[in-house]
Amino acid sequence: MQFSENWLRQWVNPSLSTEALAHLLTMSGLEVEGYVPVAPPFSGVVVAQVLTVDKHPNADRLSVCSVDIGAGTPLSIVCGAPNVAAGMKVPCAVVGARLPGDSPERPFEIKAAKMRGVESQGMLCSARELGLSGDHMGLLALSVEATVGQDVREVLALNDMVFTIKLTPNRADCLSVLGIAREVAALTGTKLLSPQIETVPAGSDVTFPVTLSAPAGCGRFAGRVIRGVDASASTPAWMKQCLERAGQRPISALVDVTNYVMLELGQPLHVYDMSKLQGGIEVRFGRKGEQLKLLNEQTVVVDESVLCITDASGPIGLAGIMGGDTTKAETGSRDIFLESAFFHPAAIAGRARRFNFTSDASHRFERGVDFDNNIRGIERATRLILEICGGDAGPVVDRMAQLPARNAVRMRVARAQKIIGVAISADDMAGIFARLGLSYKREVVGNNEVIVVSPPSWRFDIEIEEDLIEEVARVYGFDRIPALPPSAPAVMHALPEGRRSMHEMRDRMVTSGYQEVINFSFAEEAWETHFAGNAEPIRLLNPIASQQSVMRSTLIGSLVANVRYNLSRKLDRIRVFEIARVFMRDAVAKDGEMALAGVRQPTYIAAMAYGSATDEQWGDPSRPVDFFDIKGDIEALLSPKSVKCERAPHPALHPGRSARVVVDGLAVGWVGELHPRWQQAYELPLAPVLFELDADLLLVRSLPDYHDVSKFPPVVRDMAVVVAENLAVDTLFQALQERRPAVVQDIRLFDVYRGKGIAPGEKSLAFRIVMQDTAKTLTDQDADSAMALLSQILIDRFGAKLRS
Amino acid sequence: MDAAELERIKAGYLGRAGALTELLKGLGKLPPDERRKAGGLINGAKDRIEAALDSRRAAIANAALEGRLAEEAIDVTLPGRGRSLGGIHPVIRSWRRIEAIFGSIGFDVADGPEIENDWYNFTALNNPENHPARSMQDTFYVDIRDSAGLNLLLRTHTSPMQVRYARQHKPPIRVIAPGRTYRVDSDATHSPMFHQVEGLWIDEQISFADLKGVYTDFLRRFFESDDLQVRFRPSFFPFTEPSAEIDMMFTSGPNKGRWLEISGAGQVHPSVIRNYGLDPERYIGFAFGSGLERLTMLRYGIDDLRLFFDGDLRFLRQFA
Repeated sequence: MQFSENWLRQWVNPSLSTEALAHLLTMSGLEVEGYVPVAPPFSGVVVAQVLTVDKHPNADRLSVCSVDIGAGTPLSIVCGAPNVAAGMKVPCAVVGARLPGDSPERPFEIKAAKMRGVESQGMLCSARELGLSGDHMGLLALSVEATVGQDVREVLALNDMVFTIKLTPNRADCLSVLGIAREVAALTGTKLLSPQIETVPAGSDVTFPVTLSAPAGCGRFAGRVIRGVDASASTPAWMKQCLERAGQRPISALVDVTNYVMLELGQPLHVYDMSKLQGGIEVRFGRKGEQLKLLNEQTVVVDESVLCITDASGPIGLAGIMGGDTTKAETGSRDIFLESAFFHPAAIAGRARRFNFTSDASHRFERGVDFDNNIRGIERATRLILEICGGDAGPVVDRMAQLPARNAVRMRVARAQKIIGVAISADDMAGIFARLGLSYKREVVGNNEVIVVSPPSWRFDIEIEEDLIEEVARVYGFDRIPALPPSAPAVMHALPEGRRSMHEMRDRMVTSGYQEVINFSFAEEAWETHFAGNAEPIRLLNPIASQQSVMRSTLIGSLVANVRYNLSRKLDRIRVFEIARVFMRDAVAKDGEMALAGVRQPTYIAAMAYGSATDEQWGDPSRPVDFFDIKGDIEALLSPKSVKCERAPHPALHPGRSARVVVDGLAVGWVGELHPRWQQAYELPLAPVLFELDADLLLVRSLPDYHDVSKFPPVVRDMAVVVAENLAVDTLFQALQERRPAVVQDIRLFDVYRGKGIAPGEKSLAFRIVMQDTAKTLTDQDADSAMALLSQILIDRFGAKLRS
Repeated sequence: MDAAELERIKAGYLGRAGALTELLKGLGKLPPDERRKAGGLINGAKDRIEAALDSRRAAIANAALEGRLAEEAIDVTLPGRGRSLGGIHPVIRSWRRIEAIFGSIGFDVADGPEIENDWYNFTALNNPENHPARSMQDTFYVDIRDSAGLNLLLRTHTSPMQVRYARQHKPPIRVIAPGRTYRVDSDATHSPMFHQVEGLWIDEQISFADLKGVYTDFLRRFFESDDLQVRFRPSFFPFTEPSAEIDMMFTSGPNKGRWLEISGAGQVHPSVIRNYGLDPERYIGFAFGSGLERLTMLRYGIDDLRLFFDGDLRFLRQFA
């Protein structure tokens, strides 16, 4: 909502500065987004009448004018404007005037000067020179009625501010100067100066038939015929000024009048050309397939949910939204029909949006227009039309179908005090309602005081007790409500020790050198195919860009993009991780406390490593990161749980270097090197290694399981065996673990060797075995027999050969 | 002289055929009274030799150690062997601080679905279909329908978590729910995905004055500034009444003296309390929703929202 301060002050004029007025509005819920002067500061510019225009003796394009500024002797002023003419009234900057310069700090001062040898005692001004517009085609022509010598700022009412207010959807009553004035009057206790709107007596008895067939849609409809108007008449300057300062472009007299009344009183109006109407008007819901072309040239197809203004030809307008093209009044129109109606919010809400536009009328009707204001609106508009365009008005015919209920709302004083947290007295609350123009009565029920309010026709946001409590709090002033530290029982709560938070996982990743990133949850469809083999990703119906059209079911694509982004910025070692929900269709998923049917949205943790294994440094030889670095990072992430990798293919990963990650017998995700195909397709010079785990499955942490620490010394022995190259070490470990003698505490692999001394197709594995007994010191014999048992397992199960 | 040479010299005196050993062997041939005297002299000499040897041995060992230490000296100014740490994303950094601040007065933390249905995101929050308030938030929809035949959507705020959490817990309810949210909006100051933190306190006596107290305290702790100015001004949200927009103002720094919108809040609307499964006559309380990106930007003086989502390590590492 935009309007000029002067317009508002014609309705209510509290003794507040502009700044104080803006603050008041903002703090009462009408947020002032800004206020700007209609013109930059300037001084010394008065109305001048050009008396004579003579050619400049020394310059073809200049004139020497004699102008009257009401100061006795006319001034002689040199002027270069092409439109200068004797008799016209123009702004004249006299000697000493300060015009807007490059900046407010550097005004442009007018001095007496000789121009091409002729004395000039000032300057005649264009609109641009006064900072009013970009127009510099010629002098700004002022009204012939302007008083010579008067300050141009007064003549053009330039000491004015344009206010822009961001209104919340509940305050439709403030979508007019009247509404804002009413609010200011209530907040300041200043009198509301409502202009008298007198009934325009009918000069004829001509009416136009209107039928209301949809009482739930059109609640009220006032119409009036005005014949013989001159629709081409020009809109008066004062009205144009009001409209322009309210952000409306003046169009033609009839349109301007309807816009003006809408801005002034909040009542949207519509003007029809009577000669284009066929039969009578019927307001009804549309019928499937009916269509019409709107004023904005858009053609829409309506149905039973869209309220229409119709005549014998079918729909001629979307009720409360926009008129139709076929019946619109134009500058050649002579006889017009004026509509001032009330449409129910529920019948209008969302309809314009469905057709992808919005209008001033729909904006108001869907929020609620005062249903007891349409007569004022039509009378106001009639008077203005008759003044500007002439014509002969018929009587107003006001049809009523069904108006919104205005049930009394009860507010318990004690409840209001409890919710607000301040003991505002019942008298003060009643006073607030009185100022807001809400009629009320007070009751006492038992020990409880109740204020019963009858909401006025312009308020659509007072239906329940809380609506009144809000009014009390708002007008009492949020600033006056104290900020209290609340008191509550001090109950302890803590995360169970057996669970860990996502933040703890983040910390582990940070310790392993990974930087956290946050990527969009929507991704390119190709990423889903490439990195998840997902042909049916969840699709957005209204994506903002094609590369953000599906919900990702894997974080891998986003991490690849992160690597690419940083590589192109010359970083060559990259470690990134992300924790986020992913999204996949799931036909068996049911609605639940934290779940929705048809979709699964677990939280994943994924990480990607690219470049050398360590940061560039002097101490260790550099080598590229590999599978086992990342596997180690997973082990660090999940420690003390043990991590198993089972070789398995994954669409994103190198088939020989990818594994399913298993924890506690549960598959929790994947680890591997990016598939060479994607490495090439995504133009990565080296292969990134990555993992992606279902983080929800990793939150359980086992409590420490204490064992006696042995008092006896451990025995450490090594064992090297040769096995087939394709034997997975893990199976071997598993066999050892399952059947190891009790004294064997730990088995560690410390070397894998291929090459000299080992036949092709075989590899040598070296294990370090730690043995210890809690009851006695182990003898060499004990250790020998345990070692023999272990080696026998390997020989029997895997055909291993012992290396001496 | 090294240790070996010293031992050779020792042998020359004290060894089996050493000079002193020979003298000792010859003692027996001396008469008894001379024997004692000579014995004393020899032993005296022997003690002095032993002492001289010990002292020399220590000197040699010391010289050897000195030599080794000098040899083993390193350039301690070389950098440590690189084991660089990563870092937490700045928005998550704020998220954690907020959890800690609210946790200090007993708030629980909850997390829930980002693909939501119409009921939780709108209807349960007193925002029915076609209501003009819905156009305040442009919603992303996905190609899955709920049981009412409505398309599922990406939650436009964290407020659905009020309802989901409250339906599972009994008052007093004190919870924050940080998480990702989505709106169809993309320009320099809007991201189609962003983070909010929802806060909810429901009990029998939790008033608007309490909301002012809690949120003001939170902002002063978050920005670590007791002079931070906070104001509440009336606004409208379908799910709260009275509703407030919360503005704050720094008293120093680059944003000094400007009111900055920081949060929406209010007393939970009775229809919403009913949707929690609670009786609004008995239970009242407040809710708020704040943007994590905005809090983070103001905290660290970041001026471009898009930096959070570019994955640019040069930016992110500054928050390690």
